[in-house]
Amino acid sequence: MEIRQRVLGFITARFPLAELTGSEDIFSLGFVNSLFAMELVMFVEKEFGITVPNEALRIDNFRTADSIAALVQRQLSVTA
Amino acid sequence: MVVGVVGAGVMGVGVAQNLAASGYQVVLVDRDEETLDRARATIARDCRMSALMGGPALDPAAVLARITTAVGVPAVAKASVVIENVTENWEIKRAVHAELDEVCGPDTVVIANTSAIPITRLAAVSSRPQQVVGVHFMNPVPAKPVVELIPGVHTTPKAMERTRALLAGMGKKAVQVKDSAGFVSNRVLMLTVNEAAYLVYEGVATAESVDEVFRGCFGHPMGPLETADLIGVDTILYSVEVLYEHYADSKYRPCPLLKQMTDAGLHGRKTGRGFYTYPNGS
Repeated sequence: MEIRQRVLGFITARFPLAELTGSEDIFSLGFVNSLFAMELVMFVEKEFGITVPNEALRIDNFRTADSIAALVQRQLSVTA
Repeated sequence: MVVGVVGAGVMGVGVAQNLAASGYQVVLVDRDEETLDRARATIARDCRMSALMGGPALDPAAVLARITTAVGVPAVAKASVVIENVTENWEIKRAVHAELDEVCGPDTVVIANTSAIPITRLAAVSSRPQQVVGVHFMNPVPAKPVVELIPGVHTTPKAMERTRALLAGMGKKAVQVKDSAGFVSNRVLMLTVNEAAYLVYEGVATAESVDEVFRGCFGHPMGPLETADLIGVDTILYSVEVLYEHYADSKYRPCPLLKQMTDAGLHGRKTGRGFYTYPNGS
C-alpha cells in the first residue's frame, strides 16, 4: 500500500493535472510518453534501493501504479 | 568502418549509441574526460532501457565495446566519416569544423548534425566543402527512424551517396531537403515552441495546459514545451536565434522567457528542470 502511494505521488508530482488510481494504465491516458517509463524505472530504483532486472524492463510492468508496486515488492523480497 | 563522433552531448551520445548498436566502430570525442564518462554512463543506461522504450533489446556491454572515447578532435583523424554534433552555436561549430578540416584525411566525409545552421555556411569553413553534408538527426536518435538530409551548394553526389549508405546502415530513412536555415522541421517547430513559450511568459496558459492542447486536440505524442525540455531549452534558444539572424525576420524573435531559463540553467531534462521538473535528472 505504502509503495503504491509513493509511486502515485511521483507520477502526480510530474503530471499535476492527472487524476489517477492504482489500476489505471498511465500510458493510455494520453499525457505520458515512453520517456516517462525510463524516469519511473530510475525513480523506483533510487526510492526503494532496488535494481530492476533487465528482463523485467518491459512496459507492461510499468503501466499501473499497482503493477509497479508489485514489481518493487518482488525485488524487495528477492534482496531481503 | 570507423565513424568519428564529435561532441558527447545529448545528440552525440545518441548518434554514437545508434552507430555502435548497428555494428559500426565508433570514436567518440569531447573536450574533457568528465563529459566522456557521463556519455558512457548514459549509453549504458539507454541501452538497458531500449526495450522499455519500444526499441530492440540491447546489451550495454556489447554496445560500449564498439565505442572508444577520447579527448580532443584529432582522435577522429582516421575515421572515414565524421559526424559533428557540437553545440548549436555558430562560433563553436565554426571552430570545430576548422579543426576537422586540419585533422581529417582528404576522403573523409564530414557530416554536420545541425537543426538550423545552413550547411553551405558550415562547409565554407572547410577547404573541401564538397565533402561536407548536413544531417538533422532527431532526439532521441536511436528511437527516431527519419532524418533530414541536406546537401550544401558544393556537396558532391558521392559524398551524398556515402552519407545515405551510412544512414541506411543506422536504420534511418533520409528525407532530402534543400539547404535553408532551419530546413523544414525547425522552420516550423522552433516558431511553434517559441510561441508556446510566449503563451507561458504572458500568463495565457501554463506549460501543462499548452501541452495538453497539443496532445489532446491534435493527437501529438508530446506537446511543444515537453519537446523543448527534451531538446534542451538552451538549444531551442540558439536555434531560434540562428533563424532570427539568418532571415533577419522579426517573426523569429526569441521569447525572453527562453533567454531567462537558459541563463538560469533551466535547460530541461538534461539539467533536471525546464518547463517541468524531473526529480531524477535525465
